Amino acid sequence: MNDLTRIPVREQDPKVRAGNFEEVCMGYEEEEAVTEAKRCLNCKKPLCVSGCPVAIDIPAFIMEIQQRNFSKAYQVISRHSALPAVCGRVCPQETQCEGKCIRGIKGEPVAIGKLERFAADYALEHGISPEKPEKTNGHKVAVIGSGPAGITCAGDLARLGYEVTVFEALHKFGGVLVYGIPEFRLPKEKVVEKEILKVQELGVKFQKNVIVGRTVTIDQLLEEDGFEAVFIGSGAGLPRLMGIPGENANGVFSANEYLTRSNLMRAFDASYDTPIAAGKKVAVVGGGNVAMDAARTALRLGAEVHIIYRRGEEELPARAEEVHHAREEGIQFHLLRNPKEILVDEKGYVCGIRVIKMELGEPDESGRRRPEEVVGSEYVIDADTVIMALGTSPNPLISSTTKGLDVNKYGCIIAKEENGQTSRECVYAGGDAVTGAATVILAMGAGKNAAIGIHEYLTKQE
Amino acid sequence: MYKILHGEKLADQIYLMDIEAPQVTRNCLPGQFVIVKTDEKGERIPLTICDYDRDRGTITIVFQIVGASSYKLSKLKAGDRLNDFSGPLGTPCEFLNEDFKQLKKKKYLFVAGGVGAAPVYPQVKWFHEHGLEADVIIGSKTKDMLIMEEKLKAVAGTLYITTDDGTYGSCGMVTEVIKDLIEREGKRYDHCVAIGPMVMMKFVCLLTEGYGLPTTVSMNPIMVDGTGMCGGCRLNVGDDVKFACVDGPEFDGHKIDFDLAMKRNQIFQSFEQEAYQHARHEGCRCCGGEKS
Repeated sequence: MNDLTRIPVREQDPKVRAGNFEEVCMGYEEEEAVTEAKRCLNCKKPLCVSGCPVAIDIPAFIMEIQQRNFSKAYQVISRHSALPAVCGRVCPQETQCEGKCIRGIKGEPVAIGKLERFAADYALEHGISPEKPEKTNGHKVAVIGSGPAGITCAGDLARLGYEVTVFEALHKFGGVLVYGIPEFRLPKEKVVEKEILKVQELGVKFQKNVIVGRTVTIDQLLEEDGFEAVFIGSGAGLPRLMGIPGENANGVFSANEYLTRSNLMRAFDASYDTPIAAGKKVAVVGGGNVAMDAARTALRLGAEVHIIYRRGEEELPARAEEVHHAREEGIQFHLLRNPKEILVDEKGYVCGIRVIKMELGEPDESGRRRPEEVVGSEYVIDADTVIMALGTSPNPLISSTTKGLDVNKYGCIIAKEENGQTSRECVYAGGDAVTGAATVILAMGAGKNAAIGIHEYLTKQE
Repeated sequence: MYKILHGEKLADQIYLMDIEAPQVTRNCLPGQFVIVKTDEKGERIPLTICDYDRDRGTITIVFQIVGASSYKLSKLKAGDRLNDFSGPLGTPCEFLNEDFKQLKKKKYLFVAGGVGAAPVYPQVKWFHEHGLEADVIIGSKTKDMLIMEEKLKAVAGTLYITTDDGTYGSCGMVTEVIKDLIEREGKRYDHCVAIGPMVMMKFVCLLTEGYGLPTTVSMNPIMVDGTGMCGGCRLNVGDDVKFACVDGPEFDGHKIDFDLAMKRNQIFQSFEQEAYQHARHEGCRCCGGEKS
């Protein structure tokens, strides 16, 4: 080994893991973490920090790992992030902190994500709690949604002394961390539940089965229930579909449905009541993280899986590690292909998907080269199940029941990026409800900014 | 945890329960539904609200056993607690937003089939409480399966009962009664609300379309979360794809593609059967179970 390469991380063998839901990546052991931490140059002007949406003091925590002060390393991270064990696993580090690491210019960047995960897992295993405020300031804030945005906002406000209540619509806390991201990438009991427990230890109250907009409205929270400010982190909404023939046939699922059945309802475990029609030959449409998650879930449920994506390899929006893992596990990629029609048998079930070849033209407004159809290149891929992973459009429950809350033409709540302020006084928002489907860490960044925004607002009111 | 205050068997496989859930009664209205989950491993079961009492903070649900989770729910008694009970979900009935003076001029006909009598009840009750009279038809396979008769009688203008086998009330389908009322008795209705099995709603809508009688139906497609996330409950309504959990569950029945909706409801039928057997421990999928 030399300075240019990082310490490799242990992973489950692809052949073995393709048949189970255990975590793929096993993380660093102490010696591995300390050795990798020694690769950090402890830059005076650390570019990695500028690449982190929640501005974790990265060199500081890595120096603590170097010194074997693992508990201190966790405390450094937890001042900036309420969910380090989650972020260490699901952040797109290659385009954020690690993408800016000086080591990456000549060789591999420091494995910041794996080190973050190591410190956070150490804290979970050793029952180390984040530092708590001495007393509360008596001000009540409501947080809607217990996903990454809500948890971060709640944690930060609690650290500032606020009395925070988080309202969750579903029966489990964690939002997309629980219903969306699969067990093999983010263990629920071992990581998500425990990390949320640490936010509870900060004094945050959690209420499940409360659908804000229906069970209680934002106006009721503010006018009747004594909350002085509200943060909306209600997440993404209804699945987007393509509008092609056959899309409502039996065997066509949104990735949201497929993943919710498997993750939230644990359909992969036969002792749970909720069923999943796993499929034998599954086509997943889309190239993002959700597409990879759905594909790898179907694979573990015993299917042969094909990913269909309309752009090329370089444009795949998923994390590099997920694409790499999916390939290793035997998922077949059909790049530069776009579905035209889902073929349906006489009983109403999916029997294939007709695709057309694409080629890349001039860049579009997203800066990516626009895919264009190759005339006369259509052909059929056999499939009994199609999973649509094309993103989501915003959930209307809150915007349609809150007067004066402005949304954009897509239905996303309009909020200022720097502090989450919406068009309504005392109402802040962030995460997918504002941006449309994005990443865990961007939602956390928005939750963090909104916590500061709410704190500044309520301080001014006094 | 949500306490069951009262439970009773209404007919074979059909049960009624009052659940203590004051957070749901705070804002619930007729037409909306709740999600019930008995225990950690249970499914999220969507059930239309049958009645609510804001003072007591209770919601009444009526359900029929269709799979493992509804079977487990049926085994619970007063004093037991449910793991999860959330709501209200869905959009309240359209008539609640109508100008009351206009609504007062309209004659409503409610048509209930089977367990559909339960979600029809709070709507008819609302009419009654607001001094409006609505006619009600309940259809049932047979006398023993008929539910909510007394309750509906107390709030309906005129109550008509029909059974498929003629063991009670008139003999035949609800569509026969509608035909009879409109064609033979010359009754005039301005709006029809039909709730029951999809096939019943389909044939009621085919009939009322011929009369030019606007008809609202309450759809019960497969749902997972029920909050506007999974998209499993999508329906073709006219030229649009709609989601029953947030856009419905009530829709203009003349625009619904019932054949597609019925097909989609079969996706998990074999799984439900298997899960039901598993729950009853007959040929259990975990251990082989005891043969019944």
